[in-house]
Amino acid sequence: MKIRVYRFHPERDQTPRMQSFEVAARPGMMLREALLEIKALDESFAFRHSCGEGVCGSDSVNVNGRNCLACTTALADLQEPIEVRPLPGRPVIRDLIVDMSQFYDHYRAIKPYLIRTDPLPEHEIHQTPEARAKLDGLYECILCGCCSTACPSFWWNPERFHGPAALLQAWRFLADSRDQATDERLDALEGAYKLFRCHSIMNCVEVCPKGLNPTQAIGNIKELMLSQAL
Amino acid sequence: MPIPRRHFDALIIGAGGAGLNAALRLASAELRVAVVSKVFPTRSHTVAAQGGVNAALANVLPDHWHWHMFDTVKGSDYLGDQDAIETMCREAIPTVYELEHAGVPFSRLENGKIYQRAFGGQSQQFGGEQAARTCAAADRTGHAILHTLYQQNIRARTHFFDEYFAIDLIRDSEGVVLGALVLGIEDGEPLVIAAKTTLLATGGYGQVFRTNTNAFINTGDGMAMALRAGIPLQDMEFYQFHPTGVAGKGMLITEAARGEGGYLVNADGERFMERYAPSARDLASRDVVARAIVSEIRAGRGCGAQKDYVLLKVDHLGAEVVHQRLPGICDICRVFLGIDPAQAPIPVFPTAHYAMGGIPTDPQARVIMPARHGPEEVVPGLYAAGECACVSVHGANRLGGNSLLDILVFGRAAGQDILRYVSENPHHRPLTDEDIEPGLARLQRWARRGDGERVSVIKAELRKLMEDHCGVFRDQETMSHGVAKLTALRERLDIVRLQDHSQVFNTARIEALELDNLLDVGTATLMAALAREESRGAHSRVDFPERDDTHWLKHSLYSLSEDRIDYKPVRTKPISVDSFPPKPRVY
Repeated sequence: MKIRVYRFHPERDQTPRMQSFEVAARPGMMLREALLEIKALDESFAFRHSCGEGVCGSDSVNVNGRNCLACTTALADLQEPIEVRPLPGRPVIRDLIVDMSQFYDHYRAIKPYLIRTDPLPEHEIHQTPEARAKLDGLYECILCGCCSTACPSFWWNPERFHGPAALLQAWRFLADSRDQATDERLDALEGAYKLFRCHSIMNCVEVCPKGLNPTQAIGNIKELMLSQAL
Repeated sequence: MPIPRRHFDALIIGAGGAGLNAALRLASAELRVAVVSKVFPTRSHTVAAQGGVNAALANVLPDHWHWHMFDTVKGSDYLGDQDAIETMCREAIPTVYELEHAGVPFSRLENGKIYQRAFGGQSQQFGGEQAARTCAAADRTGHAILHTLYQQNIRARTHFFDEYFAIDLIRDSEGVVLGALVLGIEDGEPLVIAAKTTLLATGGYGQVFRTNTNAFINTGDGMAMALRAGIPLQDMEFYQFHPTGVAGKGMLITEAARGEGGYLVNADGERFMERYAPSARDLASRDVVARAIVSEIRAGRGCGAQKDYVLLKVDHLGAEVVHQRLPGICDICRVFLGIDPAQAPIPVFPTAHYAMGGIPTDPQARVIMPARHGPEEVVPGLYAAGECACVSVHGANRLGGNSLLDILVFGRAAGQDILRYVSENPHHRPLTDEDIEPGLARLQRWARRGDGERVSVIKAELRKLMEDHCGVFRDQETMSHGVAKLTALRERLDIVRLQDHSQVFNTARIEALELDNLLDVGTATLMAALAREESRGAHSRVDFPERDDTHWLKHSLYSLSEDRIDYKPVRTKPISVDSFPPKPRVY
């Protein structure tokens, strides 16, 4: 099977190039395994990866134009020629490795932690199964960045638009019955850019390897803002 | 050019649950904390823990920390230190509440309390009915905990060095640990992090076995750093094989699958665990279930064309339970096997999973080693917690749900004691260029150029060797052959050369440094396993099938520089309750 990978080495290359490798595909083989075989042929080929089962979020890449995790993408599901590139719109450090700093900055900016002002009980804070169910589809995010780097609004305003991953987490805390900072969180999302640059293009939903729905979460935030304003 | 230096009160190496829980405590107390991690923190392997964390909350069935303690001592095959186990089981309760307050999205019961499920080796009333002690966030508990701890560290403004690789500890001539030499992965530049205290929280080393449940990053870095700093590793012969890894691939299928009511069958469709553990059956201790599966396959009762796996059935539980309680497992089965476990059974085989052994510590997470005055002298300035440490709460076999507990309780304990140490030792000690030399030499070794062997080839041979010669069942002959092969492999390491000598994000160089670590911890494992002539917990000797408390109720200590094994007694005396004396271990 022929796989073309994006190569760029800042100490050597002026411009990026694509390089072809021949990999013997086995039944059930995942793209990550193919990339590891390429690395065994050429140890200078660089990409991030770790858990191999879609929970650590390290090996997000762009394959045939679509963002995905290499470890959960089966070769058999891909059309040849397979082209593997770094996530779009981010500065490339080397080969498939991009600089994710800005993505993480947006995540940190939404205060992704439970805020509580009441005194803490000596046992757990009670939460009904129904209230807990509101967190399903939100807390499972692995911060792989597939969604935000597939979002045209994020490409155009990467400094000011938080992007789908960070906004999904903003909703995760707004939706948590234990959190007591709703007003503060909503105030922080005011303005034309941080939240409102989302135009429901839904690329994020399309690519999320965990099947999450950031567009829906963003819609929920807007709705909550509206109901608070009335 | 001099190597740049940074100064912190505490250096934490590793950003999994243990490191982040320690960091949270310290940063909240306004200490200057640096967390060094070779991956972005939420990529640490705690993220992959599935089933849950044990605590005797009694939310579902009656429970008590003392029962939890009994189960843990029995599960350890009486090799666990009972003072540390008492500490862990008592602390479990406030620890889980603290996590919940921090935001962990635990699954819930109708009354709003944390959901708890049954797990292997759990009992009420010291060996009675099955208990339900494992607090769970569906089957993504590790993910929920790791992300929450990272989030709280953002709030506490912990200083993170993301994608920095720790090369070696820095120890002065008096043996005090002064920090570590690290390598910026992105810029390829070395950096000295000088610290009054250093915590090793680097996790396990499952990558030393070919088929394992671990992430690529689990290469025993902290354990190998300790070995090279002259600190022995404890109980390395005890390595857990998880009964239910996906056959031939290795991904973990959580014990929660059996805790929720799943069971194993052989090719005849027989629930074979009834023969091996008549009362606990599929929820016997992991070592017992792993051996049972291998025995079934050796007896020709394996499933499939090669008869090389057994089946884990959860399809009788109904789609709703399976999809709600085990969504992560459903994902893994869909992606890697193309099946829905609510419809079809899962092919499983015991898979390398967890190190019970590691860097010896006391219950304050201080690293201890034999020195002038006794077998347990504190190494000043050095701490270890989590899978890389051996405190020892797991002894010869860890119970499911006790690993997340271990990292949280002892990560926090490390934080507490570091606070004390830094207040008593408020100044940095002098750090000379000579102190950095050993670490730099290790880095420079990989700058040697020319033709030679490849890192990937040596690594693959090591992994195969450990799987073939140090697996579920062991004997003198097999392991001796393993030692001979390992010795030959270590000699070949000297002629391994990197082809890529670039600076920026050179992952080949990182893998070479990891190979050094894997070879060191692999050697410790095989040597300690060969030396222990009894069967206890996960260490199962065909040639010495019985547990031998007269000669072997003791911890091993492997030191690399002398290639030697010493022993020290098990701490059988708890803090406030009576000892649990060794008894035959039946489930």
